[in-house]
Amino acid sequence: MIGLTHYLTLAAILFTIGVFGIFLNRKNVIIILMSIELMLLAVNINLVAFSAYLGDLVGQVFALLVLTVAAGEAAIGLAILVVYFRNRGGIAIEDVSQMKG
Amino acid sequence: MTLTSLAFYLFASVSVASAFMVIAARNPVYSVLFLILTFFNSAGLFVLLGAEFLALILVVVYVGAVAVLFLFIVMMLDIDFAELNEGFLQYMPIGATVGLILLLELLLVFGASSTLVDKGQLPSATPEGMTNAEALGRVLYTDYIFLFQTAGAILLVAMIGAIVLTLVKSNNPKRQDIAKQNARTREDAVELVDIKPGEGI
Repeated sequence: MIGLTHYLTLAAILFTIGVFGIFLNRKNVIIILMSIELMLLAVNINLVAFSAYLGDLVGQVFALLVLTVAAGEAAIGLAILVVYFRNRGGIAIEDVSQMKG
Repeated sequence: MTLTSLAFYLFASVSVASAFMVIAARNPVYSVLFLILTFFNSAGLFVLLGAEFLALILVVVYVGAVAVLFLFIVMMLDIDFAELNEGFLQYMPIGATVGLILLLELLLVFGASSTLVDKGQLPSATPEGMTNAEALGRVLYTDYIFLFQTAGAILLVAMIGAIVLTLVKSNNPKRQDIAKQNARTREDAVELVDIKPGEGI
């Protein structure tokens, strides 16, 4: 029988993989952005699971809004990445601290 | 084991495995493809939970837009990924420690919480005699209309921001100059040259 805890455990594992990815790929910004997407997906699974558990559709509405913000964040993040690459010729994340104004 | 449990374990195991491959793959193109696989399997989980509309939106938005955007950027930027992957395992111990502690804490919360009593099979949040999209629309467009509009505004700002960030001002823009076009006369636009037969210009 698949209950709430199954979904929460799955979301916890996915979220942890996202955090782990940020720690592991400290140099590659693209992988870090993908890890953030994974974490947001885990949050979405939690919201939808609780929506089904409580019999309340509001959780799905919030999941929709999280999806919107995730899409906007990916677009802006990748645009910043393109500009950064154009200025520096690479995307090594150690040099990001040298950016000014 | 019912068909639902079988489907859950299939989707869950594939999504966890492909999520791990997203962060472990050496080539970012493979990472993006595994990300797409993760999203597809999560969409399957959403269908199991009775959120069909969100499942389809997940496929359309993430696979159709976000993942393709990632793929586009990965292929457009000329990046030496071998150099980026140096020191890949340097942060492994600290990352594994933090990740393990976080996972244990999250699982402990689920295990110890007395309010999260498992009621067995999860019911669907959709009311009887209504499709999921219709029920979701009724909630979204009445109670949460301002949040919905805010989401639209966020998307607009994101779009404008992305355009402003990546727009390059050209040195030699080919723009239409209407005043210049109207000021043209036949005299300075056309020249008649008399050429003798048998000679070039």
